[in-house]
This record gives sequence, C-alpha cells and structure tokens, in this order.
Amino acid sequence: MTPAPDHPHAAVPPWRDVRVLRIVAQAVALLVVAVLIGIAVRNMLMAMEARGLGFGFGFLNRSAGFEISESPIPYRPSDTYGTAFIVGLLNTLFVSVIGIVLATVLGIIVGVARLSPNWLVNKVAAGYVELMRNTPLLVQLFIIYFAIFLQLPSVGDTLAWGEGVFLNQRGVFVPGPQAQAGLVPWLALVAAGVVVAIGASRVASSRELDGRPVPGLRLAGIGVLLVLVFGGWAVTGPFAFDLPVRERFNFVGGLRLSPEFSALLFGLVIYTAAFIGEVVRGGIQAVRRGQVEAARALGLSEGQTLRLIVFPQAMRVIVPPLTSQYLNLAKNSSLAVAIGYPDLFKVGQTMANQTGQPVPVLVLIMGTYLAISLVTSLFMNIYNRRVQVLER
Amino acid sequence: MTAGTLPPPRTVVGPIAWLRANLFSGPISSVLTIIIGLGLAWVLLQVGTWAATEARWGVVTNNLRLFLIGQFPPDQAWRVVLNLTMLSLLGGLSAAVYGQATRTLAVTLSVIQLMVAGLMVPSPIGILPVAAMLGNAALVWVAFVLGRRVSIPTRPIMIGWLLSLPATFLLLNGIEGTPFPSISTNAWGGLLLTVLLATVGILLSFPLGVLLALGRRSQLPIIQGLSTGYIELIRGVPLVTILFMADLILPLFLPGEWRLDRVARAMGGITLFSAAYVAENVRGGLQAIPTGQVEAAQALGLNGVQTNLYIVLPQALRSVIPANVGLFISLLKDTTLVTIIGLLELLGIGRAVLAQSESFGAHLEVYAFIAGVFFVLCYAMSQASYRLERAMGVGTR
Repeated sequence: MTPAPDHPHAAVPPWRDVRVLRIVAQAVALLVVAVLIGIAVRNMLMAMEARGLGFGFGFLNRSAGFEISESPIPYRPSDTYGTAFIVGLLNTLFVSVIGIVLATVLGIIVGVARLSPNWLVNKVAAGYVELMRNTPLLVQLFIIYFAIFLQLPSVGDTLAWGEGVFLNQRGVFVPGPQAQAGLVPWLALVAAGVVVAIGASRVASSRELDGRPVPGLRLAGIGVLLVLVFGGWAVTGPFAFDLPVRERFNFVGGLRLSPEFSALLFGLVIYTAAFIGEVVRGGIQAVRRGQVEAARALGLSEGQTLRLIVFPQAMRVIVPPLTSQYLNLAKNSSLAVAIGYPDLFKVGQTMANQTGQPVPVLVLIMGTYLAISLVTSLFMNIYNRRVQVLER
Repeated sequence: MTAGTLPPPRTVVGPIAWLRANLFSGPISSVLTIIIGLGLAWVLLQVGTWAATEARWGVVTNNLRLFLIGQFPPDQAWRVVLNLTMLSLLGGLSAAVYGQATRTLAVTLSVIQLMVAGLMVPSPIGILPVAAMLGNAALVWVAFVLGRRVSIPTRPIMIGWLLSLPATFLLLNGIEGTPFPSISTNAWGGLLLTVLLATVGILLSFPLGVLLALGRRSQLPIIQGLSTGYIELIRGVPLVTILFMADLILPLFLPGEWRLDRVARAMGGITLFSAAYVAENVRGGLQAIPTGQVEAAQALGLNGVQTNLYIVLPQALRSVIPANVGLFISLLKDTTLVTIIGLLELLGIGRAVLAQSESFGAHLEVYAFIAGVFFVLCYAMSQASYRLERAMGVGTR
C-alpha cells in the first residue's frame, strides 16, 4: 500500500471539495425550506390579521358551545374547546381499538379461509377480499350508513334478538354491563388463572423440549383458567346487566350504540379484515413446506407443528404489514366525519369553523394522529422484535 | 365378499370426484359447504331480486351524464371524447412499443371506455357518444396492432406523453374566443374528475417522491432529516387532514393575490400526500439495487449525481412500476375523500343526485352503482398489474 499523501485536499479548490460541497448543499436546502416556511407563516399571519383574528392556542380554554352527539366522558356545551377535543380523541381511540380487535379476529378467519382446501370456502373468501379491496371505503361506509343503518325499522317495529339485543333506526341496543362490588375479586381470580395457565404452558413446553412430556398439563392449565373465570363469575357477580327496555317512543337503559358509531365500526372492520386476511394468508404461505415436513419427520404432532414451527415463522412475516393495517384503520376512522360520528377530525373541524383558527386546530389534529401512529408503531415494533428470529 | 376381491376403485376424475375432493372431503368440510352454500344462495337471491325488481335504476341511467362528466356543458362533452381518443392512440402505441410496462395503461383505457359505452346504452344520452366510446376502445387495440407491425420510434411517443397532460388541461379548460370556450374547473365532475385527480396526483407526485426517496437515503444528515420528517409526517396523518389543509390553510399560506380554485387545491393536497408514498415505493426500489452497482459506477469515475442518474435510478424506477400501479389504484379510491371538502367527483355527484327529489331514498342504487364502477376499474388494473409484476419477475429474482 502506498502511504496517503499528507495533504490530499490541498490541490482541490473549495468549490470542488466534496466536504465543502456537502455543507453548502445542506445549508442551501435548510435555507430554502426555512424561507418557504417563513413566507408561508408571514402570509398566514397577515391573512389572519386582515380577518381581525390573532393566532394562538388560547381558544382551548374558551367555552365550546356546541353539542357532541356521543361522548365516553361527561360533556356539556359549556365545557371548553380543550374538553371537546379530548372527547373527539377518546371517540377516535374507542372506535379504533374495538375496530382493530374485531378486524384482527375477522381477518384471521378470512386468511385461513383463503387457504382452505374447501373450494367454496376458498372462493367465497376470495370474492369477499376482492370486493372490499377494489371499492373505496367511503362508498362502503355510505352504503352501510345510509342504505342499511338509516333504513332499519323504526322503534315501533324494532328487530329483536332474544331479550337483550335490539336493532332499529336509533341504533343498536345491547345489555349494558355495570360494575358491581364483586368486580375486583373476580379480576384477581382471572389474573390468577392467567398466571396458572401461562405457567403450566411454560412448564409443558420445557418438559416437551427435554423429552419428558407431561400429557395434559397444558389442558389442565387452561381448565383451571376457565374454572376461575366462569366459576368466579358465578360466585362474585362482577357485572350486573342493564337490559334495554322498550318505552313508548324509545328504549331506555342498556347500552346504546349509535347508528353512526355502529356503521363506522362495521365498515372499518369489514374493510380492514380483507387486508388483514391477505396479510395472514401471505404469512402462512411464506412458511416453506419443508418446515412442516421436517416437523412431521421429527415426530411432532399436528398441534405442535402449528404452534412451534408454522406460527412463529408466519408471525415474522405477518407483524410488519399488520402494523401498517392497524395504522390504516386508525387513520381511516377519520372518515367518520362523512357520516357524522364525532371523532377527532369531526370535532376539530367544528372547532376550526367556530373559532376561525384553522391553523392551530389542524396542528393539533395532525399532531394527535401522528402521536397515535407513533405509539402504535412503537408497541408493534417491540412485539415485532420479540417474534423476529435472532440472527448472528 | 370373498377375500382377494377388491371393491371397484373410487372415481378419481370427473365431476363427482371433484365434488368429493373439493367440497365434501370430510364431515367438517361438508357441513361448511352446506351452510355457506345455503347462505350464499340466500344472499344472492335477495340481492338479485332487489336488483331485478325493486331497484330504481332509472336514478342512475337518467343522470348518467352527471355521473360521467359532472356539470361539464353537454354541448362541449365531445372535448372529453377527443381527449380520450388522443390518450387511446398514445396508450395503444406505447403498449406496442414499450411492451409490458404500459400494457396496464392500455388495458385500463379500453376497459374504462367499454364500461362507459355499456352504461350509456340504457341511458338517454344517444347513440353517437356510445359509438365514439366504442371507437376509442377499439382504437387502443388498433394502435397496438399497428405499433407491432410498423416500427415506430419511441421518441415521438415520449414527446406525445409529455405533451398529453398540458394538452388535456388545455382541451378541458379551453380558451375564450376559440371553438373551445373556457369551462371553469367548478364544472368538472363525476368520473372525469375522479380519474383526473388520481392521474394528476400520481404524475405530479412522482418527481417529488423520487427526490424525497433519494433525500432519505442521502448521507447528508440535514437533507436526510428533512426528507424523513416529511415522509413520516404525511404517512402518519389521514388524507382528510391533508385535504382539509389544502382546502382551508394553503390559501392562507399563499400571498393574498394568489387565488387557487378548489380543484387545483385538491390536486395539490393529493400530490403532497401521494409524494410520501411514492417516496417509500422508490426507496424500496433503491434498496434493491446491489451495492456493487454503485461501487462499479464510482470505480468508473462517475460522480454522485451521475451514479444516481445513469446507474441507480433507471434500475430502481423500473422495478417499482408495479408498486406504483398499486398506489394509483388506492389513490383512485382515495379521491372519493374530496367529497368531504365539497368537490363533485363521482361520489360527490352521487350525493348531489340523491339530493334531487325524484331520487329520494335511492341510496343503495346510487352507491351500489358507484361501488360497481370503482370495482371494475380497480379490479382490471390490479389484475393487469399482477400480470405485469409476474412478467417483470419482481419478487422472484
């Protein structure tokens, strides 16, 4: 190797020196962005001034003065804009979390059905996926809301399902759980059951790997859990159910899910489940046949093959795209605005109109969605790291 | 039965065997088949009965012109047809000259026009537009066959495409005092606006997306930070908030004397939105380029710009075409959101039609029709892009 010259850049003029050019290029980029933002902000401040409005977040402490049709926390129009915003946020989180859970369950069913050897099951699932993926979610929501939920029979001709579930134009009425004194002891029993079941499963796994399997240990753990959950329920009585009761013009009591909420949840779930179904199918198909055959050759049972070989490898493929589907569902919940469910965006829009402060409101809305996305990604990344196979 | 006599072999071919293997392979499978079969039959019967007897399809057929071109003046509708003729010719020729990559486009063009012609038949629009649409759809294939027989240089076609976007705008927007009187963009609507928004969105966002992708992979920390920040910000928020920003806040950011009409604002919002997604697609393509390519370019003495321009980008961009077709499909579906900021694209027109007294309560007819239009378009494109993906060998290398 020849020794490096003492002054490699001595002969290079600064306008051709890569190190100088790098700094200049970045400074120029930063300057351009800063100037553009500066001009935009200056224009906005001038426009706001011309309309006689200031700029700031002070309005958050003022009284909102508008109704919100549904809220998980007590809310009155005399409350502040800040409270109204939190109501919107809670509504968004509410529909997103329930939606993610239901969409995952339905999505797994769809994904497994797509792999079914039964021709009819397979084709029905495929048709469902194509139908959902090739039509806009907003059109689906309009069909579900305007053509189904708003066309349900009136209160007088309510559709009833048993004693506790009613369906009419005013929404879906289901028995409302109400916490009783027994809730805390019951939760403790459930927690104990979960610990026992997980412990039994751990022991069973390690004994299996040692070649000293304990038949039925895992089942026994699950049995203990079930006994504690249901037996405990019967003994402690954690919830009392408040049944909806029909009165002259409406139902009272129970839990009312508004048509807007029900339509949004239903639409988000069936739309996202189609995408999750494809993710699940892709994940399972990504596990090579040889892996299953090798597991058989080693003498693993059907259940062990699925649990120890197929599932862990499929999860590696499934988790990253599943994360983006969860994020999509949370973002798509903003379509609530089109059917009148008071989510984050809808409440924010009303706030922007009333206060004449669209910029700070939009900053709040975008910041909140960004935070939801980042937190979801964070949790899913932690989970993802756990399911990934450690390589060198 | 005596020992040694075996029962006749079970059928292994033919419809009975197929049924046994695919529908009734075991007790669980049989029960599933019966339950799902009955359920499916019931649903199809209900939907079929409704569509054949109860549905008032007149709401759709009588307003078909609105659904297709919105408030665009009927006597100027030929400009849309002429524009489609131009695109059909270009699309057919490109499919012949460039091969696989542009076939999706040609297939889509002919599918759109065949579908529109089919819809026009039961509507009171008349026979001439139907003939024009069928003629255009045929032109795609005529140009394709012609392009394969006669060798056509690629440069004029490239120039034709570059000119087609301004030509489309000029043709639709018009110039005062010519046979093409000016038509305000407020009158653009229906399927025309839907397709325009998605097309403009993907085309304008492409250069921006490529720059952002290069920026995100750049070694320069500030440029990398700015690009990453933009991409993650946009991908972290819903499209509605971007449209809301474009509609209400973009005008505030611009100098007071600048006026953007609503369609332009929506296009701006969609472009800013899809640029982040294009950037992520392109980044995927960039990452797939083996490092050896860059090292070889450096060994040949190419500088950074030359390496990207001549070595990396041509390979990366070719491999991201299928992903971008997918993006176009989702963008086409997402354009329905401009309804929320009050534009009359296909879905917005649907709501306007439902507001007429004679179409009272025909929600299902109108929305099912709109869903059907999207389904045909998106399904055709996704199938074409799937073929394209396999033909290009993406993911199998």
